[in-house]
Amino acid sequence: MPEPIISVRNLVVFYRGLRGYVHAVDNVSLDIMRNEVLGVVGESGSGKSTLALSILRILPKSARIVKGSIMFDNIDLAKAPESTLRKVRWRRISYVPQAALNALNPTLKIVDHIVETAKAHGVRDRRAVIEKAKELFEMLRLDPKRVLNSYPHELSGGMRQRVTIALGLILDPEVVILDEPTTALDVLTQRFILDLLKDLRRKINITMVFITHDIAIEADLADRVAVMYAGKLMELGDVYQIFKDPKHPYTQALIRSIPSLIGSVDEMKPIPGSPPDLVNPPPGCRFHPRCPLATDICRRKEPPLIELENGRIVSCWLYAPEEAKKVERQ
Amino acid sequence: MSAPPLIEVRNLRIYFPIRKGFLGPVQYVKAVDGVNLRLYDGSVLTLLGESGCGKTTLGKTIAGLYRPTAGEVLFRGKNIWRLSSSEFMIYRRSVQIVHQDPYAALNPTKTVFTILATPLKRWGIARTRSELVERVSKLLELVGLTPPEDFLYKYPHQLSGGQRQRVVIARAISVNPKLIVADEPITMIDVSLRLGILDLMLELREKMGTAYLFITHDFGAARYFSAKGGGRIAVMYLGKIVEIGPAEEIIKNPMHPYTQTLISAVPVPDPEISRKKKPIQLRSLDIPSPVNPPKGCRFHDRCPFYIEGLCDKEEPPLTEVKPLHEVACWRVIKR
Repeated sequence: MPEPIISVRNLVVFYRGLRGYVHAVDNVSLDIMRNEVLGVVGESGSGKSTLALSILRILPKSARIVKGSIMFDNIDLAKAPESTLRKVRWRRISYVPQAALNALNPTLKIVDHIVETAKAHGVRDRRAVIEKAKELFEMLRLDPKRVLNSYPHELSGGMRQRVTIALGLILDPEVVILDEPTTALDVLTQRFILDLLKDLRRKINITMVFITHDIAIEADLADRVAVMYAGKLMELGDVYQIFKDPKHPYTQALIRSIPSLIGSVDEMKPIPGSPPDLVNPPPGCRFHPRCPLATDICRRKEPPLIELENGRIVSCWLYAPEEAKKVERQ
Repeated sequence: MSAPPLIEVRNLRIYFPIRKGFLGPVQYVKAVDGVNLRLYDGSVLTLLGESGCGKTTLGKTIAGLYRPTAGEVLFRGKNIWRLSSSEFMIYRRSVQIVHQDPYAALNPTKTVFTILATPLKRWGIARTRSELVERVSKLLELVGLTPPEDFLYKYPHQLSGGQRQRVVIARAISVNPKLIVADEPITMIDVSLRLGILDLMLELREKMGTAYLFITHDFGAARYFSAKGGGRIAVMYLGKIVEIGPAEEIIKNPMHPYTQTLISAVPVPDPEISRKKKPIQLRSLDIPSPVNPPKGCRFHDRCPFYIEGLCDKEEPPLTEVKPLHEVACWRVIKR
């Protein structure tokens, strides 16, 4: 039986902006299961990265967790004090950013990055850390001798991304959150990294959260997929179900909007309109201004998270007709 | 004899000098190294390739922004670098560029009206204030920014990325160009809006007969744009075109091992198909340096199918192996 390793409940995160509060993550609840790959997919501004940063509590200063809980091993990460978080961060839950040049310090050799990262999280045995790094580098098909003694600028984009993955795994975390780790890479390098991640899963017990704007990547890698839009969880379910039978009109539209190498180009369509302003989000369902199936209730009242069979979750009035009628009568 | 093509590129080479260290010898990055192409009025061609393959350099050279190291770019049969100044201005106006980053392409201190009115004034298309407002409003309607009154006096920061790119496209079409070089125009746009921008470009082609040179690294976008526009895809590798043909033919029946490898590596939005795909394994993951590209076929040191003594010695010419489908690979040519 799969059990949740992280449980997010009713999470609300706001950013303070010039025009008011940006509702970046708004009432999101989901479970991350032990040893699964959970794909989190959404466009820019959907709240997918904010969700990740909230789990690690490494949000920028302008952000605030307004409400909700993030349970991990009986710790509520949303409220835990810094001293507790320090024991969790990196050692138990780590983060792999998109490895643009600025993800690594240009003045440090890779070996120093690794040793310093470990030290910052309380692991001081330099030799053991380097041994572990060598092992990870082998697994990620990097030449340990060469890469450890290189500076970031001496490595290609794909190599740098693999180094950041190794950095994320250096303390044997239970969960690793990968935030767009293949976005800036060429097709072949992306394929290589996706295959490495699949391979890695087979070799070590680890839970992965894979964040991307490219839903096709989730089709390749994820066990379950969470679809986010404008700070809301729209749908969550098994990867095969999500693609074969998407329930939420947004998921349906998103899959249709991908220019892909399969299917007919005549069936591919953009989603009309544009994503909403998150300072003044539309009332009701946030997707309703772009939704072809929107009815009156969608414009007035926000749909709840509805549980369907097989752990499928969808936030759309179409799947709660009874309740929708009740609300309409009010 | 038929009329000369809109643009013809002959044996084009563009080399950029670099120096290793302060006193080191000058070497050349061979960004484009022997390309031949023809673009006809109203046609669609997609240049597809990974970063560093020379696709942007080729696009910019066609737009007259780089001077070729060797070879020529012909506009209606005439070398663009030998045109009289008045002819050169006609060429300049006929070829417009849409860049990748709509945030950088628009002056943040100018309103949409000023941005779009400037080229109209420059080319004398409209002069008086009322003419300009009318023209600019029409342009905004054409690119789907309606009602135009809502957008005329907005500044770029008040627009979304998709809307900005529409303004950039409106500016490009404002002077009735014959060719638009669109360099990664959707890469920085939200996923759900990307096809909208491509559809807009194709719609404008219907209305105005503009030809497109669409530059992208995204296979799905290349297929969508070229297939819907009835055009071709050219795949570039290390400064050369290795395969060119009708869009669906390239995607469904790629013949060059490089194209095949790339297509086998692209994730597709169907877990069953995506997980069953067997990516072709290259002999080396690293792209060789464009300073010293491999001898013979440039792909031979990575190609799993290379023929020793041939591929590493002689460069395969781009050869028509099926109607309109040209491939530069000895395995395919010799078959």
